[in-house]
Amino acid sequence: MSNLEDLYREIILDHYRSPRNRGELASPPAIRVEGFNPLCGDEIVLYLDVNDGVVTDLKMTGHGCSISQASASLMGAAVKGQTVEKARATILTFKQLMTDHESTLEHDGEPAKVDLRSIGELAALQGVVKFPVRIKCAMLAWNTLSQGIDELP
Amino acid sequence: MASGDDVTSFDPRRVRADIPQLNRVINDRSITYLDTASTSLQPRAVLEAMTRYYELRHANVHRAVYQTAEEATAAYEGARDAVAGFINAPGGSGEIVFTKNVTESFNLLAKSWGAANLGPGDVVLVSEMEHHANIVPWFQLRETTGVEVRFIPVTDDFRLDLSDIDALMKDVKLLSVTGMSNVLGTITPVRELARLAHRHGALIAVDGAQSVAHAPTDVVDLDVDFLLFTGHKMLGPTGIGVFWTREAILADMPPFLGGGGMIADVRTDGYTPASGPTRFEAGTPPIAEAVGLGAAVRYLEGLGMANIVFHEHALTGDALTRLELEFQGRVRIIGPPDTTARGGVISLDVDGVHPHDVAQVLDQFGVCVRPGHHCAKPLMRRFGLAATVRASFGPYSLAGDTDVLIEGLAHAVKMFG
Repeated sequence: MSNLEDLYREIILDHYRSPRNRGELASPPAIRVEGFNPLCGDEIVLYLDVNDGVVTDLKMTGHGCSISQASASLMGAAVKGQTVEKARATILTFKQLMTDHESTLEHDGEPAKVDLRSIGELAALQGVVKFPVRIKCAMLAWNTLSQGIDELP
Repeated sequence: MASGDDVTSFDPRRVRADIPQLNRVINDRSITYLDTASTSLQPRAVLEAMTRYYELRHANVHRAVYQTAEEATAAYEGARDAVAGFINAPGGSGEIVFTKNVTESFNLLAKSWGAANLGPGDVVLVSEMEHHANIVPWFQLRETTGVEVRFIPVTDDFRLDLSDIDALMKDVKLLSVTGMSNVLGTITPVRELARLAHRHGALIAVDGAQSVAHAPTDVVDLDVDFLLFTGHKMLGPTGIGVFWTREAILADMPPFLGGGGMIADVRTDGYTPASGPTRFEAGTPPIAEAVGLGAAVRYLEGLGMANIVFHEHALTGDALTRLELEFQGRVRIIGPPDTTARGGVISLDVDGVHPHDVAQVLDQFGVCVRPGHHCAKPLMRRFGLAATVRASFGPYSLAGDTDVLIEGLAHAVKMFG
């Protein structure tokens, strides 16, 4: 079961069982953006309050598998309080994490493109890369956030 | 000595031995294949028939006069004969049109027969438990012809709600329903529905995708007008589907796809379509796939459809009972709870665990199941579900497959509990 435990780390199960930042924000002023994964039926609605270039608050609703929901919860925890520029960088880093080939994650001699120490709890999602079908589950919230940031005035 | 219909002659372990893929080991476990409703596995007889065709007699059909071309044509037409016999087509092979899959068969029904026979004021009656293949082509036809698409509701106990059926039948020209739900496993009362349709002056089309490989299907006995099914769910290859209707109806249907093979003549001022099934088989057809389907039909007939029903019925009853006992409601069955008029398709909702996570855990046990909406979103909405986990049996399934399924489900429940 080692593979399965790589995927379903305790942090992921914790964020799935007790998702952070659930709820809604009044929109406007919050930006409201929807993400949808037609293949699985995963859905997310993201609310972003952005003031003076900082993501001051963030809430989300939706449903989906543990990977999509935990990824969304971890994302919210990571970017809340960040500047928009930093949030963009976090999105890029996460996308990179999801495209790092598993060999670069496992072999000591080959440094991964992403420094796992720099991304905190998000590193728990690195096991998803070994399950290509599930990458889109992990990416849903991040693509939705990316879209929301692009819509900023 | 033992005929195919002799129950004692049927041995699922012998069927297993015929299926190369069942020898695979996945995640250090023997494969437990429970996704037959999605696509079935192929016995060697089918794979070898296709290989022999490609190795020895591949040529285009209905064209050349050299020996292998004659043999290819004979093999292709032989498959048509086998399929006609399998469903007891009263007009024989002249009523069997080969398509790509059930979806194409429904598009042929809607875009040829439907476009020629339906218009504003007419109704196509489908049900809430249909696959998208028996819904979307009718919506497309509605856009071009103004035909109304109406739905038979599904009851809380997963059956067609026929309580108000006479009112629903008003202005219906075609009743188009599944023979067996690909999500619920519910077997619909096709014979009764055929009588009903005909009493109201309508025709009836049956989606046999799930039913044909798991129960004897006799179109004369059922008294249906159209039967649509696909090769890859009946131990055959992908890329070949079947459209059957009575000769008199087929003769009046306008061509569907245009091109080579489907014509009697082409001039600079127009064309004359061919008659018979070839009118609907434009271009070089899937010859090897037809040969494979023919072999699958003969293989199923060798097993005996009555034996398959008996075997799958027993497996389904056993699985339903054990799932209930083992999980005490923590795993809910989305479909009839017992084997009355239901087949070996079992949809599950595991309390608190998303179907994709359940399927992922099951994969670690080598179990192949399908998570998702199963191309039946109206049905999913009806029961307030985004997805289910679906396990489905075939003639090669054993009670041991249910053991592994239960072991994996228990692990998922524990992990996410």
